[in-house]
Amino acid sequence: MIKVENIHKSFGGTEILKGISTNFEKGKTNLIIGQSGSGKTVFLKCLLGLHRPEEGQIIYNDKKYADLDEDQRTDLRQEMGMVFQGSALFDSMTVQENVLFPLKMFSKFPKNEMNDRVDEVLKRVNLVDAHHKLPSEISGGMQKRVAIARAIVNRPKYLFCDEPNSGLDPKTAIIIDQLIQEITQEFDITTVINTHDMNSVMEIGQKIVFLKNGYKEWEGTNKEIFKTDNEAVTSFVYSSDLFKKVREIYIKEV
Amino acid sequence: MTYIENIGRYFIMLKEVFSRITKWSMLKQLILKEIDDLIYGSLGIIIFISFFIGGVVAIQTALNIDNPLIPKYLVGFTTRQSVILEFAPTFTSIIMAGKVGSYITSSIGTMRVTEQIDALEVMGVNSLNYLVFPKIIALMLYPFVTAIAMYMGILGGWVAVVLGGYSTSAEFIKGLQIDFDTFHVVYAFTKTIVFAFILATIPSFYGYYMKGGALEVGKASTTAFVWTSVAIIIANYLLTQMLLG
Repeated sequence: MIKVENIHKSFGGTEILKGISTNFEKGKTNLIIGQSGSGKTVFLKCLLGLHRPEEGQIIYNDKKYADLDEDQRTDLRQEMGMVFQGSALFDSMTVQENVLFPLKMFSKFPKNEMNDRVDEVLKRVNLVDAHHKLPSEISGGMQKRVAIARAIVNRPKYLFCDEPNSGLDPKTAIIIDQLIQEITQEFDITTVINTHDMNSVMEIGQKIVFLKNGYKEWEGTNKEIFKTDNEAVTSFVYSSDLFKKVREIYIKEV
Repeated sequence: MTYIENIGRYFIMLKEVFSRITKWSMLKQLILKEIDDLIYGSLGIIIFISFFIGGVVAIQTALNIDNPLIPKYLVGFTTRQSVILEFAPTFTSIIMAGKVGSYITSSIGTMRVTEQIDALEVMGVNSLNYLVFPKIIALMLYPFVTAIAMYMGILGGWVAVVLGGYSTSAEFIKGLQIDFDTFHVVYAFTKTIVFAFILATIPSFYGYYMKGGALEVGKASTTAFVWTSVAIIIANYLLTQMLLG
């Protein structure tokens, strides 16, 4: 579980995050949504420890990030997996080497055990024939799967995803969403996803945090988002006719 | 103000480069890869340029010595001194700033743009140590490149002088051997070690701290080349004053 208490973050005198508090629960897919410029990426980078908030606390299973020394922070980061928007695969390494990287860096497993583990996670993300291919030789969807495999190979406690289905076709996007949700439940990890994709919100949003201008405007589940009368949320989520229609049908049925 | 800020950030970066050292088994592979990319990959251009520069130095010296009282072996002597003291260590380093420096800046810069550096940081890897330290260690082999440049420069001079008929082979070799001071080679290699450190770290600095996209990667490479060259020229002056002055 990740507990966020009143975090503030500024860049060059401009306050981007203005006191956000929330909880991200274990075994659930937690989504951060909001318009561009609402502070989602900065918030995610604060959760990852890439930005340090000027005020407030981020607590990872009772470990207060601000109170940890550099070595403890390094240890904590090894408990995190991250899927970047552009996958961020090391382009000079093959798919297998990319997934092997965190293991080679931090584990003391024998070589064959590491390779077995890589095979296992690549199989889990349905990539069995791409071991020796370079990232530039595989599709965007496959790159995302490799990024997920790399993020989970060290059995993290926390999984962070920055727009994991951006640039993917709708079918692949759904497959990636489902894969992330299955992995979250299977490994019982705390997953936080930064997304713009309303399909993801409807499908896997077990907890949704809506940000607006650096504030937490609303939070709830994908069921509650249909019923909310918060104007900022409805104007963002139901900006397309399709989702307006989906909402109408849902409300009628319920 | 930006210059002072950058100098400060550069030294903070150096401190970070030498802290939280990457696991040896990984580091070993990275160092070998960097030796291949930075040292072995540069040998071709260095051999080519040194050979012809040596040739040109020898021809120009020979053409400018038309006084019959000046011995012909002076062509070999001047070529040796020019190549060992300046052309091999300094001129080669400026070429390396263009070749190796822009490669370092653009490769690290691309990793920054594509969030690969963030990925390293998130995993708990000290990205500066992982990316820059192996380059520094690999470039500590740079004196070998300089030694090859010295050899090829002098060989180029000998070939140019003998084939062009400016002097005899015996005269040239006599000039190479006359008044030889081994400290000049020590001086050249000392300079080369300092230049190697500059070559590894300044381009890394511009790549690591760049912001933006593909266009900025190109701009950062150019800026890195300019400042690496400036740093080499200044270091060359200071080291010459300290070691030979």
